[in-house]
Amino acid sequence: MSVLEVKDLGKRFDTLQVLHGISFSLEKGEAIAIIGSSGSGKTTLLRCLNFLEKPDKGTIIVNNNVIFDAMDAATQKESEVRKKRLHFGLVFQNFNLFPQYTVLKNVTLAAEMLAKERPDYKQNKKAILEGIQENGKRLLSQVGLSDKLDYYPHQISGGQQQRVAIARALALEPDILCFDEPTSALDPELTGEVLKVIRNLAERNTTMIIVTHEMNFARDVADRIIFMDEGVIVEQGKPQEVFDNPKEERTKQFLARYTEGK
Amino acid sequence: MNQIPVIISRLSESFLINCRLFVLTLVFSLPLGLLIAFGSMCRFKPLRWLVRTFVWIIRGTPLMLQLIIIFYGPGLLGMSMTWPNGDAGRFTAATVAFVINYACYLSEIYRGGIESIPKGQYEAGQVLGMTKGQIFFKVTLLQVVKRILPPVGNEVITLVKDTSLARIIANKEIIMMAGEYSSKGLIWPLFATGVYFLIFIGVLTVLFDYLEKKLSYFHA
Repeated sequence: MSVLEVKDLGKRFDTLQVLHGISFSLEKGEAIAIIGSSGSGKTTLLRCLNFLEKPDKGTIIVNNNVIFDAMDAATQKESEVRKKRLHFGLVFQNFNLFPQYTVLKNVTLAAEMLAKERPDYKQNKKAILEGIQENGKRLLSQVGLSDKLDYYPHQISGGQQQRVAIARALALEPDILCFDEPTSALDPELTGEVLKVIRNLAERNTTMIIVTHEMNFARDVADRIIFMDEGVIVEQGKPQEVFDNPKEERTKQFLARYTEGK
Repeated sequence: MNQIPVIISRLSESFLINCRLFVLTLVFSLPLGLLIAFGSMCRFKPLRWLVRTFVWIIRGTPLMLQLIIIFYGPGLLGMSMTWPNGDAGRFTAATVAFVINYACYLSEIYRGGIESIPKGQYEAGQVLGMTKGQIFFKVTLLQVVKRILPPVGNEVITLVKDTSLARIIANKEIIMMAGEYSSKGLIWPLFATGVYFLIFIGVLTVLFDYLEKKLSYFHA
């Protein structure tokens, strides 16, 4: 059973059609890497999945529930969008950590807010909050930052900040974790530590969609590659197929430009 | 010579009017300014237009004129008894005029602060399932406060000195009190008023420095 099914998703900004009918599905435990040049619509696709943009057409189905249907306004209610977002986690290119909170608080804040909506919050407040703290510490140790719990974002490196952002996204246990060019804002020597964390997640069979320009990383980590160009999925398949035997001319051109530089 | 203590005590007494006006103006204009800021950023165009026009009018005319209009205007329009009789009425009218005027200036500072917060902060809150209220209070507010502290400090310091404009509708504040002496040929009380303002603003400056230090633990 697919965790995620995207059908015929379209998005237009004014006169610019950014996504032309994107369809794909994602299995539980699968990691997809989306590659393609800038402006091909990769980021917009992730933003649509996270309800940061509203698609003009198409449907998004998670665990067999239609969570978005462009033709059905009932699926777009603002009050429910907030809950639906929780199916997805998003790691931003620029981390977007909350500067006034410590590393640990960055990870636990959203869970603490959500816990208030639990019916048993008042009775079990202390236990619930302790559980959230423990979970936060566990996640931060998983990304190798146990010694930075009380640091503020500006006191740690970009690579460390991005690892905090990953822990923050994991804290809400999303069905699907999305990465939007997670290493593009980092110095080259800092990308490794972030990629290592993502690789580790892939080994634990975390369901992920990774938009990336790191081709070697995509080949290693992803179960499937999607190549996008000008708002359409040009080609998809296993990493070996797409990288070693691309069928489409546009894929070949794109990959050729990448290998030339190396 | 023995009239010096008397004059000092009368100046001090009248400076209390400045202080009261200062405190009341801040208490009401700080939150009202936030409301106006939200209005001027509202997605509903007619409301946004209305609020921005209002801010333009208030910032576009002298506070002294606004004091006069607010105090005398209702009476001229046939609305008697808008303000209580005597000193209380003059002081209430001055407070209302100051609150409106300062709320408009503060609203623009707030708006600048709110709009300067990177979109990514809102989006990070959104994808973490926070409500709009939670994002505002838990994510952006403190960052906004940190950013607007210096310009708000400016505004607050200006307010201290502006309070003496209340004399235009016969509030007997410190400059007006000193002016009565100078019109009788005694000029030093007027000069002395400067000391009151200097000390008051000195305290405020220290306070704002302290607040800025308090918020220096994070970068935003």
